[in-house]
This record gives sequence, structure tokens and C-alpha cells, in this order.
Amino acid sequence: MLTPKAKERLALIILGSIAVLTVAILAITLGYLLAKGLPAINWEFLSQAPRRMGRQGGIFPFILSTFYLTGVALFLAVPVGVGAAIYLTEYAKVRWLTTTVRFFTEILAGIPSIVFGLFGFIFFVITLGFGWSLLSGGLTLALMILPTILRTAEEAIKTVPYSYREGSLALGATQGQTIWKIVLPSALPGILTGIILAVGRAVGETAAVLLTAGSSVLPPLGLLDSARSLSVHLYILAVEGISTEKAFATAVVLITLVLILNFTATKLVRRLTPQ
Amino acid sequence: MRNFGLTCLALVIILGFGFLIAEAKVTTFTIAGSTSVQPIIEMLAQEYMAQHSQIRINVQGGGSSAGVKAAATGTAEIGMASRQLHPEEKGLWEFTLAYDGIAVIVHPTNPITNLTTEQIHDIFSGAITDWSQVGGKPGPINVITREEGSGTRAAFEELVLKKKPIVAKAIVQGSTGAVKATIAHDPSSIGYISLAAADQTIKILKDDIKRPFLLLCTARPTGAVANFIEWLRTSEAMDIITAEGLVPVK
Amino acid sequence: MKLKKVEPWIRTLLFLAAVFSILAVVLIIVFVFKEGLPFLRKWGLTTFIFGENWSPTRGNFGIFPMLLGSIYLTLGAILIGLPLGVGCAIFFAEFAPAKITSWVRPAVEVLAAIPSVIYGFLGLLVLVPWLRQLYGGTGFSLLAGSLVLGIMILPTVMTVSEDAIRAVPLSYKEGSLALGATRWQTISKITLPAAQSGIVASVVLGMGRALGETMAVIMITGNVAQVPTSLLSPLRTLTGNIALEMGYAAGQHQQALFATGVILFILIFVLTSLANLVRWKGATH
Repeated sequence: MLTPKAKERLALIILGSIAVLTVAILAITLGYLLAKGLPAINWEFLSQAPRRMGRQGGIFPFILSTFYLTGVALFLAVPVGVGAAIYLTEYAKVRWLTTTVRFFTEILAGIPSIVFGLFGFIFFVITLGFGWSLLSGGLTLALMILPTILRTAEEAIKTVPYSYREGSLALGATQGQTIWKIVLPSALPGILTGIILAVGRAVGETAAVLLTAGSSVLPPLGLLDSARSLSVHLYILAVEGISTEKAFATAVVLITLVLILNFTATKLVRRLTPQ
Repeated sequence: MRNFGLTCLALVIILGFGFLIAEAKVTTFTIAGSTSVQPIIEMLAQEYMAQHSQIRINVQGGGSSAGVKAAATGTAEIGMASRQLHPEEKGLWEFTLAYDGIAVIVHPTNPITNLTTEQIHDIFSGAITDWSQVGGKPGPINVITREEGSGTRAAFEELVLKKKPIVAKAIVQGSTGAVKATIAHDPSSIGYISLAAADQTIKILKDDIKRPFLLLCTARPTGAVANFIEWLRTSEAMDIITAEGLVPVK
Repeated sequence: MKLKKVEPWIRTLLFLAAVFSILAVVLIIVFVFKEGLPFLRKWGLTTFIFGENWSPTRGNFGIFPMLLGSIYLTLGAILIGLPLGVGCAIFFAEFAPAKITSWVRPAVEVLAAIPSVIYGFLGLLVLVPWLRQLYGGTGFSLLAGSLVLGIMILPTVMTVSEDAIRAVPLSYKEGSLALGATRWQTISKITLPAAQSGIVASVVLGMGRALGETMAVIMITGNVAQVPTSLLSPLRTLTGNIALEMGYAAGQHQQALFATGVILFILIFVLTSLANLVRWKGATH
């Protein structure tokens, strides 16, 4: 038998090596991507349209499509998600409603993206006749990111102290005025954090977008135009073996986008957390 | 805070109108389906759009069956298929764009230069499993195939395997490019792709299996779609088709 | 005064927003099940789930290999993600100096946000050729899939477990240490049992992510619809089955893919409910 002291040392060594290994794996993954992808990124790559299915040229239309898709998704998911959070925290009187909505939100959050893709395809693309388009893709993404926005908004609104509301109500403001002028501004950093995290998920999604927005290489001009997002483009470049160099470069652009979003979110969280 | 909200709203409205105005000026139509037909159509569409600035053609992959479905339901104005239509799919307006070969391909370093149809049949049905059985370097054969429903697979099964199923342990890849990329990286693999997609990253063993590239519409097309399809028969389009290794229809 | 008139309307709108999630889930269930259930009824649930032959163009629809493929791959991912993730969580929560933790934690959170298609891309380009050279075969395998998914879910497992460990009241640890226990004794006997439900939740969350992953899996597992027999066997998952053949499917074949979606949905539903149950149980203790 080992003495407790020896056990402690052993545990520390094992846990320490696990930590080093993990950090090393993650650092190598990221470093490898950057080393391979950065050299291929230049202004031409970011600002030009692809030629020969992406073998040459750039990724500008896909950056544009990614922004448009995310925009459409937010246009629906933000009002609905934040609205639902306000209702659940400020208005809902019966407990079962809150519990039910929360349960269904969890279910929605757990649904695999390919099932969202199936649904978006049969509902938006076929049944509603939107075709493979920004609209179909954006609406599908909206459903996917709704749980993230709803939950974070709910948490953020809950952390606003009761005294704020009481003060406002005591001054004669209506409940609506109190929410609009007092509660929402205080909860705004938290709500924004949720939105940014949701954008990260929308930007990275591949399977559902491929099934609902299609993969046209042209920049979309209308809501009913097909669009190819950066992740879909990366998938096609990699799987079809079109160009490894361009695939690495696209991956780095995609990661940079997600990293910027995440750092912004972390900064906001930090500003939000009371010292 | 209110200013921020208003700015956002204004931005959204302006973008929305931008969409509408842009929409009004151009005629857009979608071509969707077989990933084998996709590259050539992409090239033809780009040339056509360069000449007709008011036309936008969206080209989508998805596969032959998706192409047939898209044409039938009107999800796309034109569907692409790289195989003959099944009896239950008839009734669509068909246009034969060109004929394509299916190439049996291996890694460039594979010493084998020729296989008989018989040998190919046996490799893909699982009767031959080692390269030494067909005169190559000893070692297991990694068979790469397309997924169920692919036009290339359907044509290959029909023309080469007759009625036999493809060996169940074959690796499945979802597109022409994916099969090509896998074989380009694996020295002991074999697979089949559209001849038009073959390049120097792989070696062609056999290329005399022919199948049609079809364009499909719900009914005889009119307007912009008809103009595009008419243009596909001009000598200019024929040149592009021939340059890509396809046999144009006269 | 006008505000007073508008408020009930706004309230109704907000109520509609609140029930939207319910509506969305119902809509998804209705539309996916509507396509899948008639096929299941005709073909038979057991023949569908336990059939070992998947060749839709010949009229065979058995998803047993894919079901096992999904389960094996999820277990493989957990086998890698669990020890690494929880080990790291313990190390950073209990042993590492605060300075290091404050650097590592945001870095790991960022990694959790990297799109899965990038992990798949790296797996396809680096891991698959490497395994091919090392062990022969094609390299597309259960092992490749488990490694990539394991690394992919690692950040999730780690951050959620770490939060659970940190949430254990300081008084528990102080009590144990005051009685003369070593730090490791305190962790293994007091902290970990107390954080148990949070750690289990992190694992279930990771499992959900691995089970639902699609694109990365298609890129690295070879998509062979056969029951995998070893770590080096290629395999196909339920998600891969749908994504791979969806575009190409028509008629009964397409319905069979929606039926695959139904099975996947039920699996995830059970897993999510399990996670909620564990978290809820943990909260009431």
C-alpha cells in the first residue's frame, strides 16, 4: 500500500501530465492550422470571388453569405429569444409554463444539427417553397440558436436586482416601462453575450446549412437566393479534395471569426460580473 | 440606447430594400443535382453569365436523385442527372447535355496499367481482394465506392457489375471529388469517377463505360431557361464540353 | 396614457415568443415524424432497427450497423474525452496556480467554439493518412473517429466538470483538511463525490455532442454500413447515413432516412432527459 503522501504525489503527477497533454493537443491543433493556413491568406483571398470551384481566387462571396445567413437567423431568434426570456422572468405567473418552456428549450438545444437540416429541408425548402436559400438556411439556424439566446437572456435578466424594479415601479412607471427602461439596459451585456455565442454556433454550422441553403458559389442577391457559408465551403474544399491550401486558409478565416466573437463575449461577461 | 436600436432598424430596412432592388433587375434560376454534371455546368454557366449580365445561374450539388426531385417539384428550374431516368421518374422534359465516361482509377504509383472488365467486376464484387491476384504488388485492395443513390454508382453497377452488389466493406465517399481525393492519397485503393473529373492526381485504368449527362425540367422550358439550354448546343458551348473530356451530342 | 393601452398587446406578443420554443419542437417532431413514421409502420420498427443490411436501391433498410456505429463512436469519444477532460478539470480547479488557470480556461473555452468541420478537416488530412501508414488499411476508422470526437468534446467535458468541482462549498474541503486528510484524499473522498452530478452532466453533454456530430464524422470514418469489428474498422453513424444519402434519396429511400432521423431524435431525447434528471437531482441535494 502506498502512503497517503505517496498517493498524493502520484495523483499530482498523473493529473499534471493529463493537463500538459491536453493543453499540448489543443495548442498543436491550433498551431498546425495557423502555420498551414496563414501563408495563403492575403487581400486577394479575402476580397475576390472563387474561380474554378474554389481552386483559385478567394472566398469573398462566402464571407458575405455567412454574414447574411447569420443576420437572417438573428433577425428572428433575437426578438423571439429575448422576448421569451422577458415573459418568463417578468410576466409568467404559473410555474408549469416556465418549466414546460424550459424543458422544450433543452430539447431544442439537444437536437442534432442534421435533424434541423432534415426539418429545414422538408419544411422551409419543400413545404413552404423557399427553395435552397438564405431564407431557408437563416430560419433553420434561427431555430438552432434560439435556446442559447433564450437561456442566457433569462439568466441575465434574473441577475438584475429586485430593488431596481421596485424603485422604478414606486416612481409610478408601468411594468412595461420598467422592463424597457430599467431591466433590459441592466441585462444588456448578458443578453449580448448570449447573442455572440449564438452567432459563433451559426457561423460554424455545416450540415444544416448545406441541406437548407444549398451551395451555390455566387454571392446571394436576395433572400431567396442560394448561399454557401464559409463552413460549407471548407467542407466542400476538403472533402472534394479541391485545394488543401485554400481549405487551410478558409479554416483560419473561420477560426479567426469565431475567436473574435468569443473574445468579445468573454470581455462582456467580465464587465458584467460584479467585482 | 434608443439611437442604437434605430440605427439597427434603419440598417435592416436599407439592406432589405437593397435585396428587393437587386432582385428586380436580374433573372435568376437554379440548376441542381448530380455532382458529376456540376463541374461542367458550373463552367458553362460562368461563361454564359459573363455574356449575359442580367442572368444569374445558381448551381447546386445534391446528387442525381435530388436533381430529378428538384426538377419535378420545381425546387430548381433545371435538374441534373448522370444516369438514365427510372421508369417512375419519366414524364420530365429531358435534355441530353453530353455523354460521359466512367473511369476506373487507382493511385498514380500503382504498377498496374490495365484491368479487364472481368477483373474490375471481381474486384468490386469482392471476389478479388488482393492486388497480387491481378498482377500487382501483394497487399489488400481498398475499394472506394459512392453512396446509394449516386448516379455514377447506379451507372457503374448497371454497366460493370450487372446485377451483383458492390462488396459491403467498400469505403463510401459522398461525391466524385471525395473519391478522387481518397484514391490520390491511398496507394492501395481503387475506385470509379466521372471521366470529366479525372486529372493527374490519379491514374486511369479504364474509361470506356459511357453514360448520359441529363438536364431535366418539369415541362419544355420557356424564357431565360430555354435561352440558356439553346445556348448549350452552340459551337461555343460544345468546345467547352469537349475540352472537359466529354462527348457532346450532335 | 397611450402606453397603458399598448402594454397588454406587448404582453401577448411576449407570451407568443415564450411558447415559440414549444411550437418549434412540435413542428420539428411533426414534420420529421410525418416523413419517417409511415415508413416505420410499413417496414416494421424491429426489422428497421435490427436489420443488418442497408442497401436502399435493392430495397433493404436495416440500420443496425449505423446504430452500433453511433454507439461505438460515442463511447470511443467518451473513453478519450472523459479521463482527459475530468483529469484536467481536477488539476486546474484544485492544483494549478490561479495564474495558469486564468490563461488556460479562456483558451479552452475558445476551443469549444471551433466549428466541428475544422476538426474533421484536420482528421482527414493528418490523422487518417497517419493511421493508414501505421496500421495499413484505409485509415478511415473507429479509432480515427474516436480520437477526433474525443478531442472535440474535451473542452465541453472539462469546463462543465471544472464548474461543478469549483461549486463544491469550501467548508467541505476545509473540514476534511482540518481532520488531517491530504489534498488528494480530500479530492477523491469529498470533492469528487460532491461534484458527481455535475461531472456526470458534463459527460452526458459530451455524449450528446458526439452522437449528434455529422460532418466531422463523414470525413473520417469511411461510411461503411457494416458493423465495426475492431478499432480499425470503418463505420457509418446514424447522422452520417442521413447527411450522405439525403441529397440522393427519393421515395422510400428518403423516408427511410427520415426514419433514421426519428431514431436519432429519440436517442438524443433520452440522453437530454437523462442529463436534466441528473442535474435536477444534483440541484435538490
